Amino acid sequence: MMDWQKQRSERDARLDAGSRHASGKMVAPESAKALFEAVIRPGDRVCLEGDNQKQADFLAEVLAGVDRSRVHDLHIVQSGIVLQAHLDLFERGIARKLDFSYSGPQGAAIARALAAGKIELGAIHTYIELFARYFMDLTPHVALIAAVQADRDGNLYTGPNTEDTPTIVEATAFKSGIVVAQVNEVVDQVSRVDIPGDRVDFIIKSDQPFYVEPLFTRDPASITENQILMAMMAIKGIYGEYGVRRLNHGIGFPTAAIELLLPTYGEQLGLKGKVATHWALNPHPTLIPAIESGWVEQIHSFGGEVGMEDYISARSDVYFTGHDGTLRSNRLICQTAGLYACDMFIGSTLQIDLAGNSSTVTEGRIAGFGGAPNMGSDVHGRRHPTAAWLKAGREASDGQTTLIRGRKLVVQILETFGEKMKPNFVETLDSVAMAEELKFDLAPVMIYGDDVSHIVTEEGIANLLLCRGPAEREQAIRGVAGFTDVGRARDRKAVEALQQRGVIRRSEDLGIDPLAATRQLLAAHSIEDLVTWSGGLYQPPSKFRNW
Amino acid sequence: MEQFQVRGTVERRAVGHRHQAITGVNASGNLEVLVERALPEHECLVDVSTAVTGFRGIWEAVIQEFFARSSPGGLRFSINDGGARPDTVTLRLMQSVRLMETEA
Amino acid sequence: MSNLLQPQEADWYEASARERVAGLLDPKSFAEFLGPEQHAMSPHLAQFDLTGAFDDGIVVGRGRLDGQEVFVAAQEGRFLGGAFGEVHGAKLVGLLRAARDGAKRGGPLAVLLLLDTGGVRLQEANAGELAISEIIRAIVEVRSAGIPVLALVGGRAGAFGGGGIITACCSRIVVSEHARVSVSGPEVIETNKGVEEFDSKDRALVWRVCGARTRYLTGGADRYVKGRIQDFREAAIALIPYAPPFELATLKAEQRRLAERLQRFGDCHDAPEIWRKAGLPQPERIAEITDDTFLAIQRPKGADHDAR
Repeated sequence: MMDWQKQRSERDARLDAGSRHASGKMVAPESAKALFEAVIRPGDRVCLEGDNQKQADFLAEVLAGVDRSRVHDLHIVQSGIVLQAHLDLFERGIARKLDFSYSGPQGAAIARALAAGKIELGAIHTYIELFARYFMDLTPHVALIAAVQADRDGNLYTGPNTEDTPTIVEATAFKSGIVVAQVNEVVDQVSRVDIPGDRVDFIIKSDQPFYVEPLFTRDPASITENQILMAMMAIKGIYGEYGVRRLNHGIGFPTAAIELLLPTYGEQLGLKGKVATHWALNPHPTLIPAIESGWVEQIHSFGGEVGMEDYISARSDVYFTGHDGTLRSNRLICQTAGLYACDMFIGSTLQIDLAGNSSTVTEGRIAGFGGAPNMGSDVHGRRHPTAAWLKAGREASDGQTTLIRGRKLVVQILETFGEKMKPNFVETLDSVAMAEELKFDLAPVMIYGDDVSHIVTEEGIANLLLCRGPAEREQAIRGVAGFTDVGRARDRKAVEALQQRGVIRRSEDLGIDPLAATRQLLAAHSIEDLVTWSGGLYQPPSKFRNW
Repeated sequence: MEQFQVRGTVERRAVGHRHQAITGVNASGNLEVLVERALPEHECLVDVSTAVTGFRGIWEAVIQEFFARSSPGGLRFSINDGGARPDTVTLRLMQSVRLMETEA
Repeated sequence: MSNLLQPQEADWYEASARERVAGLLDPKSFAEFLGPEQHAMSPHLAQFDLTGAFDDGIVVGRGRLDGQEVFVAAQEGRFLGGAFGEVHGAKLVGLLRAARDGAKRGGPLAVLLLLDTGGVRLQEANAGELAISEIIRAIVEVRSAGIPVLALVGGRAGAFGGGGIITACCSRIVVSEHARVSVSGPEVIETNKGVEEFDSKDRALVWRVCGARTRYLTGGADRYVKGRIQDFREAAIALIPYAPPFELATLKAEQRRLAERLQRFGDCHDAPEIWRKAGLPQPERIAEITDDTFLAIQRPKGADHDAR
């Protein structure tokens, strides 16, 4: 007789073994190691919650310290490889295989570990790609998650940084997996139920609150005049031109500049109410002036942002908040909103090639993908029209009149040179060489050129939708690549012709006065100004305290 | 430190009647540009003084591109550079031409 | 459509020296002495492989403030930290002496010093120090001739070293929140006394010790303004008629004021202790409150004075 309930029996056995170290669902921190050795089996797929911002750091330390003879060869499936402990798992042979999405802070360490054969890489994914596989072929056996509060029944409040947790728990709990949560405090009644208790098996109150990184705060004091010039071109030449109401900003200084120019330059252009009304966006402090000036109707967020909690609660008409008053974020849902319900993505990158492919891989560093490839892709499954989407589609359509589809605006905004005069435009992406060296099937590309609609540099805007064929696309890119080698190798006549056609538009073509590109135009010059704009509600973490 | 001149001939005289203007500051990543209406109408000249050596080729390319784009005939530019990138150089040069178009 | 802000609406901190002068004075009234086209530059920087500034980092000249003639000097805080070099210092000395000499003929109404300096330029140390001494003497001479000298501080570099001393020699002092006025800089204090004594990276501490709000509340500045160029302009116009005469009585009053202040607060270790002693509301929050809330605070006894 076939046993069709093996996973259930297995789960029961693990729970039984684990219960020896628990009182109900509660496990003392000192017993965490023993619990892990009881409920985790060799070869398990384990999701150790390393989200973009929050980390189950206590559980990571415990896992990195388990008895290797009992827990080994784990297959780690988690979105973010962020903590040293995440890498220690591979160093120590506790984990062998990895499927992940983002590794920003550990980019160099991951590259080294891969080169040294310490990690068997499944694949690097985007966030929702990985989440999707949690339900298909990468379902976790054990999920180690982080929450703000728990009650004794296991109900969890995950708070403003809910992020990936509901998705991880859904996949694990409904496929006979084990869910262990570290929590900041145990209470009689949680502020709100983000994760129902019957999905949670064990709870450990850690000594320190789980770690959250403020990744989405950019200091206005660092914004340069060229970033302001690019931001002005983007606002006038793209936001205003296409009438973009629903959008996502990738994090970076050029987009921070755009956020701070909406209440001033955007206002001068008469765009309030017409653009940038609905956002898939983390709670960027730099959007505060635009919100306060009445630009923003609604924001859905992937995660939270340290210091923004009180401001968000006070602006519940704008942000998604629970009945408890605090932010409710959800990465899976916000990524989907960014894919299907936004008309534009705009963000920065580190390298662009002659076809418009971009990558954040640079020599010796693999940062992964995060959510950018989702946000920055033209999604073919979309069916509802908007003016911006249809206009972009017509531009790309090369004159066909039947069955045109719309196009999402996918905009790369970046300076031609980065730190230390490193060119951001290249003939071949560094990731190609890295892929060869590490024997990847795919060279890691963040955004593919055929998804990109526009490239904005200090030299102007290149509209790739209007380009016909790879040769035109190449010259359009060279035509905004400034004085990099790529830019200097342009065919001058071809670029002039593209400028005549409006495929390339320089600041003077857009009617932008270079004298206007000054820091005086920013709605806020400093973090302190943002605090003032928020009426004191925004409380920046101490690392941003500079007055 | 490097000091050199880049000359050009352009089609049109720089618009305006203002005699001189100055913009920018010699600070890290920045540059100071003094511009004077001091040359015959179709000539232009940039005097560069820079603390960062080895980029003369790029300076010349940036300046020639600026001459072609802005046609600043009759203007002499003097630059004190603090290690600005090409995009900042271009922006300052364009700002200085615009200042010459405005009332003094 | 013009994107350009009116000059006086602009933010002082973000503005260049020239932009501050343009927004401070009556429109189009400024005539520069030794302008950048003269290339009166430092003869010393080249030997250190440094490029210079056409005006050696200070703009000097005359203009009108609310219709009356004033002399103005504005330091560019972003060029070598606004520090005094030979030519830079000489331009300021020359301006002050011209004001002094002009007094006999009805002279300028006032001299406005837009200070934004870390002190003396290391590469020109001797010349810089000499210049500062000459500047202090010249300020005394200008004030003695009946012309007030105002210090306006609110830029990136603050007023440190000789710049701090110069500030203290002025008739009236105007500061905005970003300003710091001191002699020894935070890094120098830390290097000499250790990080436990003074952590120069603790910006909140730096401002508590020598920043604008502390100076204003302890009588080290006469006006605290919000950050626009216009706010400095309004303060300057308002203060000029009330500048104290430069005479023995004033100096004696200043000595008394300083002695009383030292007696009252000399054993305090940090600003909130001073505020507590002075009976100010919410002493721990003085640095956090908005400019509007701060301006509504009644200054401690002795802070509002004529003795400078």
